[in-house]
Amino acid sequence: MWNTIFPYLLTGISVGGQYALIAIGYTMVYGILRLINFAHGDVFMVAGIVMVYMAASGMPLWLCIPLVLIVTALVGFLIERIAYKPLRNAPRMSAMISAIGVSYTLQNLVLYITGGLNQLYPTIPWISDSVTIFGATTKMVTVVTPVLTILLVVALVALINHTKIGMAMRAVSRDFETSQLMGIKINSVISITFVIGTFLAGVASVLYFTNYTTVIQTSGAMPGLKAFVAAVFGGIGSIPGAVVGAFIIGIAENIIKGLDIILFKLGVIAAPIGLATFSDAFTFALLIVILAVKPTGLFGEKTTDKV
Amino acid sequence: MKKVFAIVLAMMLVLSAAAMAESVKIGVFEPASGDSGAGGKQEMLGMQYANKETPTVEIGGETYDVELIYADNGSDTTKAPSAANTLVDAGVSVVLGSYGSGVSIAGSDIFKNANIPAIGVTCTNPQVTAGNSHYFRVCFLDPFQGTVLANYASKELGATVAYTLGELGNDYDQGLCTYFKQAFEGLGGTVMHEDFPTGTADFNSYLTNAAGIGAQVFFCPVSIAYSTQIVQQAASQNVAFPILGSDTLDSNVVANAAKGTNVQVIITTFYQEGAAPEFDEGFKAWLAEDSEAMTNNGGNDMISAVSAMGYDAYYTALEALKAAGTTDSKAVMDTLPSVTYDGVSGHIEFDETGDAIRNAAFIKKINNETGDWEFVAEQTVD
Amino acid sequence: MNNSLNKKKADSATIISAVIVLLIYVAVFVAEQFIAPTSMLFTVLKKGATYALVAVSMNLLNGFTGIFSLGQAGFMLIGAYTYGVFTIPVAERLNVYQYYNGGLVQFVLPWFVAMLLAGLVAAFFAFLIGMPVLRLKSDYLAIASLGFAEIIRAVMQWDKLGPITNGSNMLRLFPAFNDFNIKNADGQVVVYLSTLIPMLIAGLCIGVIILLINSTFGRALKAIRDDEIAAEAMGIRLASHKRLAFCISSFFAGVGGAMLAMYQTTVQAKGFTTAMTYEILLIVVIGGIGSVTGSCLSSFLFVAASEWWLRFLDQKQMIGDFEVPLLRNGFRLVVFSIIIMIVVLFFRKGIMGTKELPDLIRGIGKKNKKGATAK
Repeated sequence: MWNTIFPYLLTGISVGGQYALIAIGYTMVYGILRLINFAHGDVFMVAGIVMVYMAASGMPLWLCIPLVLIVTALVGFLIERIAYKPLRNAPRMSAMISAIGVSYTLQNLVLYITGGLNQLYPTIPWISDSVTIFGATTKMVTVVTPVLTILLVVALVALINHTKIGMAMRAVSRDFETSQLMGIKINSVISITFVIGTFLAGVASVLYFTNYTTVIQTSGAMPGLKAFVAAVFGGIGSIPGAVVGAFIIGIAENIIKGLDIILFKLGVIAAPIGLATFSDAFTFALLIVILAVKPTGLFGEKTTDKV
Repeated sequence: MKKVFAIVLAMMLVLSAAAMAESVKIGVFEPASGDSGAGGKQEMLGMQYANKETPTVEIGGETYDVELIYADNGSDTTKAPSAANTLVDAGVSVVLGSYGSGVSIAGSDIFKNANIPAIGVTCTNPQVTAGNSHYFRVCFLDPFQGTVLANYASKELGATVAYTLGELGNDYDQGLCTYFKQAFEGLGGTVMHEDFPTGTADFNSYLTNAAGIGAQVFFCPVSIAYSTQIVQQAASQNVAFPILGSDTLDSNVVANAAKGTNVQVIITTFYQEGAAPEFDEGFKAWLAEDSEAMTNNGGNDMISAVSAMGYDAYYTALEALKAAGTTDSKAVMDTLPSVTYDGVSGHIEFDETGDAIRNAAFIKKINNETGDWEFVAEQTVD
Repeated sequence: MNNSLNKKKADSATIISAVIVLLIYVAVFVAEQFIAPTSMLFTVLKKGATYALVAVSMNLLNGFTGIFSLGQAGFMLIGAYTYGVFTIPVAERLNVYQYYNGGLVQFVLPWFVAMLLAGLVAAFFAFLIGMPVLRLKSDYLAIASLGFAEIIRAVMQWDKLGPITNGSNMLRLFPAFNDFNIKNADGQVVVYLSTLIPMLIAGLCIGVIILLINSTFGRALKAIRDDEIAAEAMGIRLASHKRLAFCISSFFAGVGGAMLAMYQTTVQAKGFTTAMTYEILLIVVIGGIGSVTGSCLSSFLFVAASEWWLRFLDQKQMIGDFEVPLLRNGFRLVVFSIIIMIVVLFFRKGIMGTKELPDLIRGIGKKNKKGATAK
């Protein structure tokens, strides 16, 4: 029983960790701007592509990785300044549509640059090595991801709770106008939020693409959507919520992929019934159930309408 | 407003008709982006090389320039109809492609309504040509390929349990998996089949599933984008079973992915490097001098079978144009059934449904040390 | 903005608008008889008509009711499949359902019945989905409806439903737009109708939607959009109005899906992705959220630009001996997405804002503002 389920759990935790890093970007931006940044998944993909081209140019990997993270953060910063800032006083739907437009643009730009061909992600030593734990063989990155995710989240929570900029972020997410009146430079707070969010997406991209080594223009779409669902699931605006949600979704998705085999081995079903088809759909079903039961997600704050 | 469109369009038609003199257009209906983009590009390379080698054709006593007109169907059945329509609108005499059976079927009716014949290059699903008179193809079919692979798995590898994996909504994958299953079960084996949604990158759980049922062979006739992932993840999981694939895996990209690992990859394909040395040499020389072509070939000069097929398809189209004696697409369509051609991949002759009569497939495997494809056997089925 | 009050009687502007629409139909009919049927013009018109209907149906929710739903592709999928399943000729079923022994459904409905059914089935699913989803607030509703579209896509592809849906394989060989052409005994086309009829179907459906928008029900929806709480206080029942709007919108999305199936000649669940919903949303935005005329115009422009006018950007072009730089496969989409971003950022009201065709004519009539928003 344990031996059957463990490999799925392992993959699930690893994927979950990567989703978590992406989900934080969604949840932070939403917390402050009330904006679903649909382009976030594509920034994650762009980070992958930048890495491919940097490595191909012959730059050593130890230099590539920090550079990729910086470039990704810069991309996030620019997107906010170009596509979201002009719409700050427009209806919320406008900003969301702008986000969809950015997502569309990034995908098409990458399609153009790569010519639509799959790009092979460079092999990063050590984390690409095979390792065997409890009888399941996997890449080192699978083990590294959850640990790194937890570390980064702890650091981020400390930043938000114990620094001045963190306090500013919390204030802005509470009340946009009032915090402005209190002398908080709202634009720089928003920029920093985007920089942190995209930086983490950059870290996620290094981990994710080391595991799944092909990058194409659509590579960011599904992980992005899943991470977003994770953020909503955990209660959008809440960082611990996003992380917990991401792990749950990562694990659930992989269990579903293996559910036929698990049920079969347990003797529940006599023949496989093709449940793996629903690996993506299940994520969304889970989302709808949680929204129906608890509309603000697992850890979401209850909001009241101001009339 | 729309009246203006109509007038502008009418003018454009007149202009394009005037510019058409002395050149014959061949439509290239291939994916240049999307999941099958890499394969589509390699298929196009064969046509481009052939076009460079023979840029003119003698039709009815006159020499015509052959112009290749491209339309990217994006590996997407919803984009295929309008891509096909741009070719029709450009006034092509014959169409080559597409890589991927689904998009070929999706574009099929557009060509049919315009009376333009199409020559499938590597779309192996029977549905492409079945029941219509305008679609032809130069490759073998899935029932044949599936049977060859099942025979190999059962007789050569001694497998009794197989796991098959296909992409949801991909006619090519689904077809091959079904034919493989039929043949493999006919030989006394058992098969478990699963599907993954489009855009999947994480195949670990599917590999675990295969190990879970004790599969002795893992059959995944999926596009290059997915197969490279599968091969690499199989390598990191250290799987015990060999990976069996179809013609889509025959690409140096997949071979590169398996280089330096201990995953066995065995496939069936149309062409093996060395079968036509003159073509090999010329093709490689062309790649060496054209950097864009080299990039599209995955960065090295290994010849993919689809390139050889694209090359043969181009010449088959020229033969048809010569035989028709006109650039009129309807006439080309009527002559195509009787056209024969001896290509680098073998003799091409069409049967009554428009399929090339072929009864041999090459079996190749990857040499894990060098990252090259190695010839294993030539397999025939009666 | 609120001009519904002075639309009580058909004024001259409305009549002129009707005449313009009629003239467009006549022009299409004439063009179809004289221009080669393979021309891209007709592809654009057919696909444009389909997208116009779906865009207007989405606008009914997003623009007129203020429900931000992203489930359109899912309802189109249901419509397209319903249409396909019930219209494939029985003789062809063994071919299409090749892995399922010809499938379960062994009868055929006339195309218009199937199309109506497509809408009804989509509306029925909308009714079911609406129960949990419509209780949610803006963004949550968007993501939940998007999730439902993804679930529907997976269910349609499930192997076990294969005898009905053909699993993840294509549905094809059903009657398509080209079958509207009237042929003589030799199979020669006598009258071309393959573009006109889809445009008529779309026009008819959009006409119904316009009538709805201008009815009491439509005004109630606008009240909900402008202020839910105020609307409720005025006695509008939020839940039932929203649900009905959701079902009606889905009905027309379903019909649109059936039309898309006819346009494509094949249908496969794989293609109905969130990207399709985004595309339609962009059409609505470019046209102007809250304008039916805008949605129609922008569908045709969107389809024409992406499928036809900008195609040349994907090929190498020579001006004399000079090779234009940057042009290669994919450039079209880059240019296209930049245009979209410019519209989204700088022309937030879209082509029409919330204006309709008659408003424009009135504007011209007054000659005060020469229809500044028209161009």
